[in-house]
Amino acid sequence: MSSHDLDSKGRPLVVVTGMGLVTSLGWGVSQTWSRLIAGHSGITTISRFPTDGLKTTIAGTIDTPEGAPYAAYTHSLRIAQAAADEAIRQSGIGTPGRFPGPLYIATPPSELEWPQLSRLYEHADKTAGEGYRRLLAAARTRQFDDLRAHAEFASIADVMQRQFGTIGEPLSLCTACASGASTIQMAMERLRRGQAEAALCVGTDATVHPEGLVRFSLLSALSTRNDPPEAASRPFTKSRDGFIIAEGAGAVVVETYQHAKARGAEPLGVVLGAGEKADCYHRTRSKPDGSAIIGAMRKALIDADTSADDIDHVNAHGTSTPENDKMESVSLSQVLGARVKTVPVTSNKSQLGHTLIAAGAVEAVVSLMTMREGVIPPTINHHDPDPEIGLDIVANTARTARVGKVLSNSFGFGGQNVCLVLAAEPG
Amino acid sequence: MEREAWVTGLGVVSTLGEGPDIHWSSLGSTPARRSATVGVDSSSHSPYTVHPLGQVDIDRLIPSKADRKQMGRWQRLGVHTAGLALADAGVAGDAAILDRMDLVVAAGNGERDEAFDAKLLEQLSTTDAAARAGDLNTALMSGLRPTLYLGELSNLLAGNIQIVHKVTGSSRTLKGEEISGLSALEDATQRIVGGQADIVLTGGAFNAERDDVLLNYELAHSLWAEPFAPVWSRADAGGGFVPGSAAAFLVIEERGHALARGAKAYAKISAIVCDRSRRAAAGDIIETLSQVRKHLNHDLSQRPTGILSGASGAEPATTQEHAFLSQWIGSSGHAVPVRAYGTCLGHSVEAHAPIGMALASLALQRKGFFEPFDQDPLESACLTPPECIVVTSVGHWRGEGLALLERLDTGARAP
Repeated sequence: MSSHDLDSKGRPLVVVTGMGLVTSLGWGVSQTWSRLIAGHSGITTISRFPTDGLKTTIAGTIDTPEGAPYAAYTHSLRIAQAAADEAIRQSGIGTPGRFPGPLYIATPPSELEWPQLSRLYEHADKTAGEGYRRLLAAARTRQFDDLRAHAEFASIADVMQRQFGTIGEPLSLCTACASGASTIQMAMERLRRGQAEAALCVGTDATVHPEGLVRFSLLSALSTRNDPPEAASRPFTKSRDGFIIAEGAGAVVVETYQHAKARGAEPLGVVLGAGEKADCYHRTRSKPDGSAIIGAMRKALIDADTSADDIDHVNAHGTSTPENDKMESVSLSQVLGARVKTVPVTSNKSQLGHTLIAAGAVEAVVSLMTMREGVIPPTINHHDPDPEIGLDIVANTARTARVGKVLSNSFGFGGQNVCLVLAAEPG
Repeated sequence: MEREAWVTGLGVVSTLGEGPDIHWSSLGSTPARRSATVGVDSSSHSPYTVHPLGQVDIDRLIPSKADRKQMGRWQRLGVHTAGLALADAGVAGDAAILDRMDLVVAAGNGERDEAFDAKLLEQLSTTDAAARAGDLNTALMSGLRPTLYLGELSNLLAGNIQIVHKVTGSSRTLKGEEISGLSALEDATQRIVGGQADIVLTGGAFNAERDDVLLNYELAHSLWAEPFAPVWSRADAGGGFVPGSAAAFLVIEERGHALARGAKAYAKISAIVCDRSRRAAAGDIIETLSQVRKHLNHDLSQRPTGILSGASGAEPATTQEHAFLSQWIGSSGHAVPVRAYGTCLGHSVEAHAPIGMALASLALQRKGFFEPFDQDPLESACLTPPECIVVTSVGHWRGEGLALLERLDTGARAP
């Protein structure tokens, strides 16, 4: 291994050689990217199920090309497969069905949805008992074995492992809305330990169903500005009132630089470092001083051996909730210092909505594209900037810029904070 | 000096009660005495048998009522047990260490509001198709507790450990039934040995005493619905696991870090290897375990070894694990005692491998082993206290892994 294959701390340099995306703006990186920089929104009025009685009636949903009936499991799997397939094809790694490394995948909750529960309930009769007693009796008839994949916690990971032929235990993980970034962090750690030469990282989430929506609605996390749908997600504005739940999948193939070079693969970008800091203040809110968010950003910079002065752009978590955007702004000004007013910041969630478990992976792909194309996608709906937020938001239209290093932020319920430092080129 | 991962703190709670001592005295005693102390509940969740949680006040280490109200029993059990491990390691309340302590938790889903679900299912069953969606929306908006989702979300066991115990270095949650428990320990160990962490809190919790949790496993027909029988004796009736409420957390620490703060140490974790067999053909699990064993790189004939099996009783996993162990032990030419602790504690899914690792650490530190839990030939008498213990984790439907722990003879202070 030559010194060029190592980072400044002497660890194997980790590069990205393949990317895949499925979002409410399209299937594939190029379709999503062209619509992002054109300022489009993927948020629409929900047509998947009736929304009578709901406060929020908009979302960023994805239908499958096959028109498969919706279930969180099937849709989350379908878009994960498409994103992973695209990333693997681009990287040209391995042979079809034989990926030469492990899988790290972030998946949404594995659970039965109401139509499935009703199916079980109505199959058994009263003599079986009430509630879950009756569901158990129905399950014992062995006529509902198709439902097990929806309830098993790693069924998506297992299908992906079989399809792509990844090595070893496919790791399913959950760090809430930081999960997508965690897959890249854990893979990076593994490659640096020398325990693999490549890894497939995927984040996926397709949970726009009634209870999925209601949960966040009851936590007052969602925007209720339903009309027009595309104007609801407005990160960093004065009128922001919540996030928009959305579906999406992002995938990257990461490799040691040495491995990529040896097989003649072009690095699309570099995973320079990652930082994680857990919060202990509240289940859904950050410490008022932002110390955990600040800690995650600083740990990422230290891990990447990068000064805050060298960050050219921030791909923000930017959910459009009053709480997140304020805390992220306060924290960025601590980390970036005086430069906070001049470092361009954008939130892809203004266009894609919040893809929850997938967001960190989706936004990592967008960050890599930003560096490669020299264009920063806009934060749309930015018409009334919040005067308390002193960031240089890439407002409404895409901005051309030379971007060498990006800080990509992901924060989640349960005090999860993960930040990635991504670079355009090795060394 | 090479970095090593040491176990320096244990929290363990099960049907036997709380703490290392009760587990050592109950599982180390004669089978006859033990059987009288092991709780088995065959009526509350009939036709299933469960091992209910023993006499444990799981709110003792969660002083805030507001915190407790935000958690399901699964989470409170885990938060309590994590607190036990921190106290045992001597780091509870040590703000400087907790601030950089990493957290890796194995978790499934949390608990639903069973009464609400039952009421709504009944209501929906009498509603015509056209009105059903609207009724569902209205009922969810007005009936779901706003915090229910936080009680269910996989990573909120970790989140609550952060809030209650202030473990805030980093936090990640792994999913995937049994093997996620061993993967969590693997991640902790690898990061420590690889210089990416110095001290990690890791483990899992499982609340068996809920019909909504049992439903997940009945969909795959993985539960034992016959009169109670030991783990190794269920294959003839089709197999199945007896869920047991339990939790285990371990503080895993880099050797130098532990010595520098004068920590007590139980054992060294020498290797953890996890895999996922496709389980398509008969013998696949044996084949995967054989490959995993090669990476474990441990020769049973070299040093006295005991095996703590996490076998669940579910088939075909349990029969294949039995065959693998018989073959491995047979080819070593040595007497290697096996103990399937699920027979006594029940099967605790995500918490099951952490429980095995905790029991192994305990046995190595106390320089003894457990009495046979069963008449099965694998559960042979222990002739020499093991210096090494292998923990197996073969999931009821997925995931195969092995861990190797070794006794610490020198340099470490006895607890």
